[in-house]
Amino acid sequence: MDENKIARDGAVIFSEYTRGEVIKKVVELNRDDILFELKESKLKGRGGAGFPTSTKWMLTAAAKADNKYVICNADEGEPGTFKDRVLLLEYPELVFDGMVIGGYTVGAKYGIVYLRGEYEYMLKSLQDYLEAMRNENLLGKNICGKEGFDFDIEIRLGSGAYVCGEETALIESLEGARGEARNRPPYPVNTGFMGRPTSVNNVETFASVVHIVTKGGQWFKQHGTDKSTGSKLFSVSGDCANPGVYELPWGTTINELLDKVGAVNTKAVQVGGASGVCLSKDQFERQLAYEDAGTGGSIMIFNESRDMVHVLKNFMEFFVEESCGQCTPCRIGNVKLLEGVEMIEKGEYTFRYINQLKELGATMQVASKCGLGQSSPNSFISILENFKEEIFNNGNGGTNGK
Amino acid sequence: MENKDTQRAPVSQKPHSVDKPADTTTIGGTISIEINNEKHTVPLGTTILDACKMTGIHVPTLCHHDDLCIAGVCRVCMVEVEGMRTLQASCAFPITSPIKIHTSTPMVRKARRHVIDLMLSEHHGECYSCVRNNNCELQSLANEYGVDKYTFGHVEKSRFEIDNSSFSVIRDMDKCVLCKRCVRTCIDLQEVGVLESVDRGDKTHISTFMEKDLADVICINCGQCINRCPTGALHANDPSDDIWNAIDDPKKHVVIQTAPSPRAAIGEEFGLEAGHSMTQELNTALRRIGFNAVFDTNFTADLTIIEEGTELIIRLFKALVEKDETVALPQFTSCSPGWVKYLEHYYPEYVDNLSSAKSPQQMFGALIKTFYAEKAGIDPKDMISVAVMPCSAKKFECNRPEMADSGYQDVDYGLTTRELAKMIKEAGINLPEMPKTHFDNPFGDASGAGLIFGATGGVMEAAIRTIVEFVLGKKAEDVFEKANVIPVRGFEGVKYYEIPLGDQFGPVPALIQHLVPNWDWLAGATLKVAVAHGTANAKKIMEDIKAGGKFSECHFIEFMACPGGCLGGGGQPIPTNEEIRKKRAQAIYAEDESLELRKSHDNPHVVKLYEEYLTEGPCGHLSHKLLHTHYTKRGKYIA
Ligand SMILES: Cc1cc2nc3c(=O)[nH]c(=O)nc-3n(C[C@H](O)[C@H](O)[C@H](O)COP(=O)(O)O)c2cc1C
Ligand code: SF4
Ligand code: SF4
Ligand code: SF4
Ligand code: FES
Repeated sequence: MDENKIARDGAVIFSEYTRGEVIKKVVELNRDDILFELKESKLKGRGGAGFPTSTKWMLTAAAKADNKYVICNADEGEPGTFKDRVLLLEYPELVFDGMVIGGYTVGAKYGIVYLRGEYEYMLKSLQDYLEAMRNENLLGKNICGKEGFDFDIEIRLGSGAYVCGEETALIESLEGARGEARNRPPYPVNTGFMGRPTSVNNVETFASVVHIVTKGGQWFKQHGTDKSTGSKLFSVSGDCANPGVYELPWGTTINELLDKVGAVNTKAVQVGGASGVCLSKDQFERQLAYEDAGTGGSIMIFNESRDMVHVLKNFMEFFVEESCGQCTPCRIGNVKLLEGVEMIEKGEYTFRYINQLKELGATMQVASKCGLGQSSPNSFISILENFKEEIFNNGNGGTNGK
Repeated sequence: MENKDTQRAPVSQKPHSVDKPADTTTIGGTISIEINNEKHTVPLGTTILDACKMTGIHVPTLCHHDDLCIAGVCRVCMVEVEGMRTLQASCAFPITSPIKIHTSTPMVRKARRHVIDLMLSEHHGECYSCVRNNNCELQSLANEYGVDKYTFGHVEKSRFEIDNSSFSVIRDMDKCVLCKRCVRTCIDLQEVGVLESVDRGDKTHISTFMEKDLADVICINCGQCINRCPTGALHANDPSDDIWNAIDDPKKHVVIQTAPSPRAAIGEEFGLEAGHSMTQELNTALRRIGFNAVFDTNFTADLTIIEEGTELIIRLFKALVEKDETVALPQFTSCSPGWVKYLEHYYPEYVDNLSSAKSPQQMFGALIKTFYAEKAGIDPKDMISVAVMPCSAKKFECNRPEMADSGYQDVDYGLTTRELAKMIKEAGINLPEMPKTHFDNPFGDASGAGLIFGATGGVMEAAIRTIVEFVLGKKAEDVFEKANVIPVRGFEGVKYYEIPLGDQFGPVPALIQHLVPNWDWLAGATLKVAVAHGTANAKKIMEDIKAGGKFSECHFIEFMACPGGCLGGGGQPIPTNEEIRKKRAQAIYAEDESLELRKSHDNPHVVKLYEEYLTEGPCGHLSHKLLHTHYTKRGKYIA
């Protein structure tokens, strides 16, 4: 752990790389070679949803259109996530070179970085960095002397809403509309930005691609588990001695992570940010992996002193505010869940009603229009389930247990 | 690939769509699917909702509307698609692969019920005191799903103040379920764009530019948003209480005029299928309610044709013969107050192109409190003049300060078809059972030409019938089969038509003979006309004119603010869709064809009016005072 709260001992993302290396390699390959390597690596998107990157790029590559786009999702709005910031600030070569590979593979001429509004302070240095890449012919026309390989990157500032990190809301926002999720199908790989095939990927996904193409899918697969290959950057926050960004192989257990970051007396770990699930002690042997406890990288640690109702209330307040407000289950559902938490807080609830709210949560998971509403009940459901002893036996009298 | 129009503000709500094959009979044009374990074949790109409709399966909807682009926001239309983790909004899901759909699984039913429960929990309003009681889609959904309690509570306090600033549209956002139909109507159907959803999360609501009152933004009062609102959140500014008071006041002489479209649609309010005309039944009902005289707005529609046609001839003469470059052409119709206000806001530089002839409603208003008042020996100050209109913008129009040429407000109240139906019901009258009676004199019954004003293209057709007879000296029937001018009919958004006048013309009748010194210039001319309905289509023509395109060469263009023309007006019965509008149009055209009198200039009462009262003839001095008006360059920004 260094002064920037980054543990740089990671074996994949933080491994050696110099700017342009992979681009020079890529221009010698054809796109199928790259797609093959990605498929071999079994890389899944690092933005949270975990969609196989090779499939996404293949679909975008296969779509027919006059223009295509590669978008780097640097909105990083999930509470408790700050690993993309680290990559952009300190490893821009991974992100931008990854976008160039993306452009080459899917056949896009333009790349857009959708940068979180709060990261405006790094805009200037990133633009300078892009300018330097242009000077080295790593961007622009006929990149690295490859005839017809044109690609350039533009950075756009986000509008500050959490939902704008959702890929279709992000595209809407880029098109100048309200940040609201779109209906799917059509999917962005066919009909994305300006109606053109678009691949939206997380910052870390691009960084991973760079290492895969440089060192091979086989090499990448050596890290992590069978289904969750490679390693992952985790943004660790909350009650621990060393919060910060860690690169850990997929498959690391919660306990191992807690040890590493110096967490003691841990009561709960929220995996995946506000939209993730909250695990209790008895589940700390679970693995961080898509097939077990998946996450876009946010790990929040709560020790014994924390009040779980209070924790939950914070999450629900966040969603009540951050729902884009277009679809009914999310807009009103989150309000109802928050009201439920407040009832519990005051001790004025019936089990019957809380169970109805859990069912409502289950509906929201399948009925909401986008990932926000589909995942916002996760913390509600998991906290009420995993911490029911604490929450429902809080000794405050009330109408508890009616 | 369809691209979203991000050039205009607010940005279009139209989603990007999937490509559909133009011809579904080609290989790959259709796709095999399963709905509830039954196999079906549907055209590629069909939405699940439409596929269900085709196969007779009912799926509840709320935010979906046939006239509007897809939203997929209410989520009540969800279905299960095998292999997908989440439920899918059937209205927003285009079928492009062979999927298996289930429309009524336990998960689907529970989720729908939850969605309805959630909407009800935030819906502040009581059904029994709501204009949409018994005609509310939220209420119907609750009924369909057997909602018998508020599972997730119910708002007790009002959250929004009612905006009743507008003469036409009242917004009661406590009843809004955020289906965004009004937003899609205003932005994409009408391309006006004063309504938008603002804020996020639980604070999301529908509002206007900078949260101003509706009266202070560039709303054109078309009321199309009202017609598509599923709830009572939007409704027209209802004057019926005042009208009842006037009727109940023995000192008041209450006169009513009825436009052509209400009679073609009001039956729908009494449970009839769309497309039943109730003209003469309505006359009886109005008398029974207590109106002292019942007049036909078609009479002044006929008058409009004479005045507006005359104006056109004068304009053409000045422009073509006298080469007067200050004359504005093409001449635009001015009978749709929604269109007039649209032009005043969006194309103020073109106000001179608007015909100065008032709309039929306002012509009538001016005549009732002058000519009729004199004839009947009634002091106009004791008169209340009501107009039954298919339109919410007419409420604004009659309140324009310049509409007082009789010395009084010419028309006191604009009453919509819906509001009149309510009055009739309140009077205990079942309209379809009424005996048939005629309109009152001195205006009598009017021509079919006035009647078809109700449908898009109708004004143009009426004008063509008259122009052909005036100028060519032929019977309209000899030029058009049964005098039906088919090329200007129908629901195509923009219609263009050329009428070669030929070398054989005249004699021009005495009524207009004196207007211009000679008529030779018309020999060999071709009259170019166009028709647009819905302001989005009007915009297409206006942009073409601005760019000097073919429409700038037109002589006369009919514009109606509402889709389908007045029969689709913002005061007409709810629901509306193209099928309903077509049936109303059929009713209007059928009635026209059944009439003896089908040309405005043949209307004996119109002829008599010019003989007795407007003795200087069309566009003469008194005509100008009573029947013509002027417009305001409003622009897009209202201080
Ligand atoms: C509410 C919401 C917020 C999201 N925020 C982000 C974000 O900040 N950054 C990100 O990379 N992905 C975010 N996502 C996921 C994106 O929608 C998308 O799946 C991702 O950018 C795809 O990239 P990947 O395939 O590389 O993971 C968010 C999703 C939702 C539903
Ligand atoms: S789930 Fe929430 S954020 Fe997503 S579309 Fe619906 S309201 Fe908007
Ligand atoms: S009346 Fe017409 S212009 Fe006004 S808000 Fe409604 S749809 Fe828009
Ligand atoms: S006002 Fe009516 S149409 Fe508009 S969003 Fe609300 S409920 Fe829907
Ligand atoms: S009707 Fe389909 S989402 Fe509203």
